[in-house]
Amino acid sequence: MNKKLISWFSWSLILTFVVFIVMLFSLCVGSVKVPLRQIFNPSDKIIKEILFEIRLPRIILGFAVGGALAIAGVILQGLFRNPLVEPYTLGVSGGAGVFICLNIVLKIYQKFGVITFPISGFLGAGLVIILVYILSIKKGKLRLHGLLLTGVMISFISSSLIMLIMAVTKTEDLHGIIFWIMGSLEGPNIFLVKIAFLASIFGLLISYIFSLDLNAFSCGEEEAHYLGIDVEKTKRLLFILASLLTGVCVSVAGIIGFVGLLVPHLMRMLVGEDHRILLLSSYLCGAGFLIFSDTLARTITSPLELPVGVITGIIGGSLFIYVLTKRER
Amino acid sequence: MLEIKNLICGYDNFLLKNISFKVNSSELVGIIGPNGAGKTTLIRAITKLVKPKEGKIIYQGKDITKLSFKELAKDIAVVSQDVQFPDMMKVKDFVLLGRIPHFKKFQFLETKKDLEIAEEVMKLTGVLKIKERFLKEISGGERQLVLITKALAQEPKLLLLDEPTAHLDITHKIKVLDLIRKLNKKYGLTVLIVLHDLNLASQYCDKLILLNEGKIYKIGTPSEVLTYQIIEEVYKTVVIVKENPLNFRPYVFLVSEEEIKRRKK
Repeated sequence: MNKKLISWFSWSLILTFVVFIVMLFSLCVGSVKVPLRQIFNPSDKIIKEILFEIRLPRIILGFAVGGALAIAGVILQGLFRNPLVEPYTLGVSGGAGVFICLNIVLKIYQKFGVITFPISGFLGAGLVIILVYILSIKKGKLRLHGLLLTGVMISFISSSLIMLIMAVTKTEDLHGIIFWIMGSLEGPNIFLVKIAFLASIFGLLISYIFSLDLNAFSCGEEEAHYLGIDVEKTKRLLFILASLLTGVCVSVAGIIGFVGLLVPHLMRMLVGEDHRILLLSSYLCGAGFLIFSDTLARTITSPLELPVGVITGIIGGSLFIYVLTKRER
Repeated sequence: MLEIKNLICGYDNFLLKNISFKVNSSELVGIIGPNGAGKTTLIRAITKLVKPKEGKIIYQGKDITKLSFKELAKDIAVVSQDVQFPDMMKVKDFVLLGRIPHFKKFQFLETKKDLEIAEEVMKLTGVLKIKERFLKEISGGERQLVLITKALAQEPKLLLLDEPTAHLDITHKIKVLDLIRKLNKKYGLTVLIVLHDLNLASQYCDKLILLNEGKIYKIGTPSEVLTYQIIEEVYKTVVIVKENPLNFRPYVFLVSEEEIKRRKK
């Protein structure tokens, strides 16, 4: 066990270090370049503002959303026993998106505050997870073949619904929706950043309560039952957790695809299948990956900014095709 | 050790009816019967995967509905038929999954004792030499042994096996069943095993339960259950039963329909 523990500990340290480096890098680069040594005590007032009021909240949001999406991916992959499943490919992000759009259009947030964004995201995400699960179950068994197709179709339906909502919306709301839909960490609401950060850390902690259960799930639901796990209860709680994480992420950062696919895939190759390390390492890697992608998004076409969803979509989508074709062979 | 009283359970299209039998401590009991007779359902009922509609299942004097899943898993291990093997897991890590029922609340890592038990059972089943291999790299026969090893890591008092020798070649069939008998005779493990092969059941089990259409047709020693009258009635096929010269247990020869026609002429 010592060997296992040492390897887990070193992976956590390495990844923490990498995330830290990425954060520093992200603080430095941009339309205004800040030298590294100025980060810790910036002399200029404007630089201070750029660092701590523009870039830092964005980095924290990237950390929270990247980590949360990655562990939502790990949890869903564990439950469905399919490495291609994640919030985006299952249509869960899309479902959250529809509900948040409705929120914007119906102006619910004006009455009850921005807290309604994560809540409506959570509801939409939960609804889709339940729907996908019911649709892919036949005679008490999960049909994994149909699962992805169902998810992708729900994704399609959701984006059509979002377009429908946009088509019948007044122009002033339209800007809000478009801005949010492309998946961006730009100009976040500080309150929502705090919510996302707390939810993300909370999600990581809760997921660890289920880390052994997820290990048991890796040989199928029946086996998990024989190992003394209350399968139905565990599944329900984990679905709620995954919906919560996805809903919150979508509500603050829009639909960012494939983080939950790319990161766990990479981590499985590096640290192995054991969820006790897979969850933490995916969280850290997801955080680092999204901060890095976001840094790319705001620098490569500077002064123009790309939505970060574009970057993750291109990288993640290619990997998805690669894994899919490799599996079929 | 295990007592089933007037059990009725099952699904919409299938029911086990009026099942009553007892399994004593350190017995090796075989469950036989045609396809769809309810053998797997019975295993599932004992592990609370299927709820009884009527009747009771008593384990060690306690009604199993009063025991939690975890409490049951500490005592009863199952080697089930269709397991999804996580390909990228190492054999030793897979075996360690069997320790999960013994984890205490908020226990996160295997203790030294857990690792020792895993090592011990791997030695017992002979999979120690492949413990560093990934599951995708080992053969079907080895997988079955590894699966049994995981069940043994649970330190069960009662081991349920659902056709552990299906799809195995004769070498592995004998290996698996010899191992099960050794566990039973040497370590006193109580075993309830579903077998399709009547001759293997006859050779290895002390007691047989013959199921047919959801009911118990006959319980008894192999010589009592495996007579040609009973087999022909239940399986609707002609057989010849002789005594196996090695162990004096009944041996069932299958007779093809063609053979019967030819002989009738």
